[in-house]
Amino acid sequence: MITDLGYGALALTFFLAIYGVVAAVWGVRKRRPDWIDSARNAMLLTFPLLTLSCLSLIYLLVNGHYEVEYVASVTSNSMPLYLRITALWGGQAGSLLFWSWLMSAFASAVTLRNWQRDREFLPWVIVVSLITLGFFLGLTLFVENPFDRLWLLPSGIAVKSFFAPEMAIPYYQSDGKGLNPLLRHPGMIIHPPMLYLGFVSFVIPFAFAIAALITNRSDDRWIQITRRWSLVAWLFLSLGLILGGRWAYDVLGWGGYWGWDPVEIAAFMPWLSGTAFLHSVMIQEKRGMLKHWNMILIILTYNLVIFGTFLTRSGVLSSVHAFAQSAIGPLFFTYIGASFVVSLSLLLQRWQDLKSDLHMTSLLSREALFLLNNLLFMGILVICFWGVIFPLISEVVTGQKVTVGPPFYERATAPLFAGLLLLMGIAPLAAWRHSTVQTLGKAVWKPTVVSVAVPLIALIGGVRNWAALFGFWLAAFVACVTLYEYGRAVLARARSRDEQLLVAFWNLAGRNRRRYGGYIIHLGVVLMAIGIIGIELFQKETQGTLAQGEELRLGPYTMRFESLAVFDTADGRNVARAVVSVYKNGRFLGELYPRRDYYYESQQPMTIPGLRSTIEDDFYVLLVDWQPISSEGATFKVYHNPLVNWLWLGGLVFIIGTMVAAWPEGEKSAATVRVGRRTPLVTRTP
Amino acid sequence: MSARLRLFSWIVVWITFFLTILGSSEIALAQTRDPNSISDDEVNAIAKYLYCPVCENVPLDVCGTQACEQWRQVVRQKLAEGWNEAQIRQYFAEQYGDRALATPPPRGINWLMYIVPPVAILLGVWMLVQAFRSWKRPPATAAPLQPESLSPEVLKRIEEELRQR
Repeated sequence: MITDLGYGALALTFFLAIYGVVAAVWGVRKRRPDWIDSARNAMLLTFPLLTLSCLSLIYLLVNGHYEVEYVASVTSNSMPLYLRITALWGGQAGSLLFWSWLMSAFASAVTLRNWQRDREFLPWVIVVSLITLGFFLGLTLFVENPFDRLWLLPSGIAVKSFFAPEMAIPYYQSDGKGLNPLLRHPGMIIHPPMLYLGFVSFVIPFAFAIAALITNRSDDRWIQITRRWSLVAWLFLSLGLILGGRWAYDVLGWGGYWGWDPVEIAAFMPWLSGTAFLHSVMIQEKRGMLKHWNMILIILTYNLVIFGTFLTRSGVLSSVHAFAQSAIGPLFFTYIGASFVVSLSLLLQRWQDLKSDLHMTSLLSREALFLLNNLLFMGILVICFWGVIFPLISEVVTGQKVTVGPPFYERATAPLFAGLLLLMGIAPLAAWRHSTVQTLGKAVWKPTVVSVAVPLIALIGGVRNWAALFGFWLAAFVACVTLYEYGRAVLARARSRDEQLLVAFWNLAGRNRRRYGGYIIHLGVVLMAIGIIGIELFQKETQGTLAQGEELRLGPYTMRFESLAVFDTADGRNVARAVVSVYKNGRFLGELYPRRDYYYESQQPMTIPGLRSTIEDDFYVLLVDWQPISSEGATFKVYHNPLVNWLWLGGLVFIIGTMVAAWPEGEKSAATVRVGRRTPLVTRTP
Repeated sequence: MSARLRLFSWIVVWITFFLTILGSSEIALAQTRDPNSISDDEVNAIAKYLYCPVCENVPLDVCGTQACEQWRQVVRQKLAEGWNEAQIRQYFAEQYGDRALATPPPRGINWLMYIVPPVAILLGVWMLVQAFRSWKRPPATAAPLQPESLSPEVLKRIEEELRQR
């Protein structure tokens, strides 16, 4: 009954999406607003219907309806309630339904805005949103149906199908396989919804961009409308990536946070193009330039969003993430191809109309530096894209697959990331329209001189790695510039308004959220860069087999193996848990409990590190192996990860900054803050 | 041949002989190294850049499967036999194909792997330079507005409005 209800709601939503597209197009062609309103209502209705469908599936998951194939594949009797609920996105079919539900939520939200000023956009936003939603619903309904039941054929073979095959009888199981152990982690519970939210919310700016192309609106109204949507999309995507990194650090047991896995890269690519877009739209808003480029960037971002979902879901590129493999690849590929062709054709049609009369006047202006920033982001994107698809090309051409691992990405992208950091320091000091070597030099020299102190201190402190010293200088330079800019504006406001410094700081961020939110984001990036330098260039590791009471040394740390216990748990795990004592420079710090869980249902092991975290470093212990009978010897892999917590701290600051930037603007004060004219500080709203 | 030259030749021959003996004895010593004396760290230093075909995208040093454990034992054995890192990588590439290596070896179609990204970036730089150049050029159609083109009435109104400010 519940299965039928969920499936029925899903099928109805699919036909509603098709109806909405047809009604919107018909309404435009026949100039019938009532048809457009009907399409709008159809779009609004998708959300409650898909909510019903999702709730039906959650009901089946929670109550252990193992006659439903999806339920049997991702849940089991031993799983706690919260994991049964989150199993909604723990497998391919469920996550496609979840994707669709989020999409319908965003699509419905966008229809509820006031369309008075932009009435002509409405039908096309509906069309694009519903086509995207319809595609995912079609996949869910016809290819990966989470409501498919299990049936036993007369031959004794169990098959999945929603409707009963001929002569088949329902196949009931008493227990399911359970969720992939790697996904049973708080980070992984939140990480996919965040990524999906980022993915689906980028559909909205794309829908408006296409609407602007179709309606031949060459102004930047679509950018104004979607400014906050884009920031929200970027916020969720960033949050998803950071949480994914933390999950990898805690669960995958290699002592790192980013393995350049194809699926990680698939989520990173729309973030790269989205970040370029967020910078580039500022040029269009300020100068009315780069209209073509912004269109290209949002088209690219949308298609990378679909490509990202495709990589995760198609199983074309097997990776630790590609837990779901099915035959949906060709459909995704066709959709991406069609989407590219249609949107680029529209852009080409409007090419002349989007030309701007304004021109770049200085190579050192802020817009020129933003363009350079775009080039670097695109460079990293090309490297990532090529690294992901090259194994497929190699397989097609030579029949031999190759591995493109971290060494390639690290070497290729490191100079570009360094360039981005440098630009992050210089660009805020450059003025819009016109900057000269003299004006920029005047603005840059002070932070440069101050920031040199940081690598010098590191050098005196014994750091001899030149890449690290350069990286520390870059981070210090960006921090100096950002704090200098922020500090000057706060002081100026405090003086002119007679405000306390903290009040001035708060009011300033509130007055121009995007600018000062952006500065907080830059500070977050600086902290993250310090963490990345720490772990990438100074990480140490060792591995050894210890008998009870024996010690292993790494850097300033000493670890002593105390004991090991192996036991079964009520939730179907066999746990091997070691107790180790940790000392730093001879001082006892505490005990750690690295363990290895073996899940009987899925026959998969999972390594949980013992971790001692400080702002200075992490001591990260993995239980690699043990002697099961005597329980007296065990092999440990130990990592010393300097500064890694700066990465997480930076991630937090980064997210706070994005929230500040995306927060709705309050009422603006008419007064303008006056600051010194020696440097080209801009205090107007960008 | 002078006596001095003959003496020099003998010295060179003997030094070469001793070096050869010494070198081969080193190899012999390395070959007889006990695999148990090879540390996990030595194995992992090489395993970090190897990938087994089953556990795609998981480097050998951190992979917990039985197959990868066997591969690590092979690395240990080869180290015990005196092989160096390059030889061991070559061995795995020959046995299991280039996918066993962390990056494709630069040969054949693999060259594309290393050439395409820099070419694409350089293309981007070139496009950017072209765009900057065209932007820096004054637009051909934008003829300066001549004061005469404005009627006296319009000019008068502008001046009045300016005065009022």
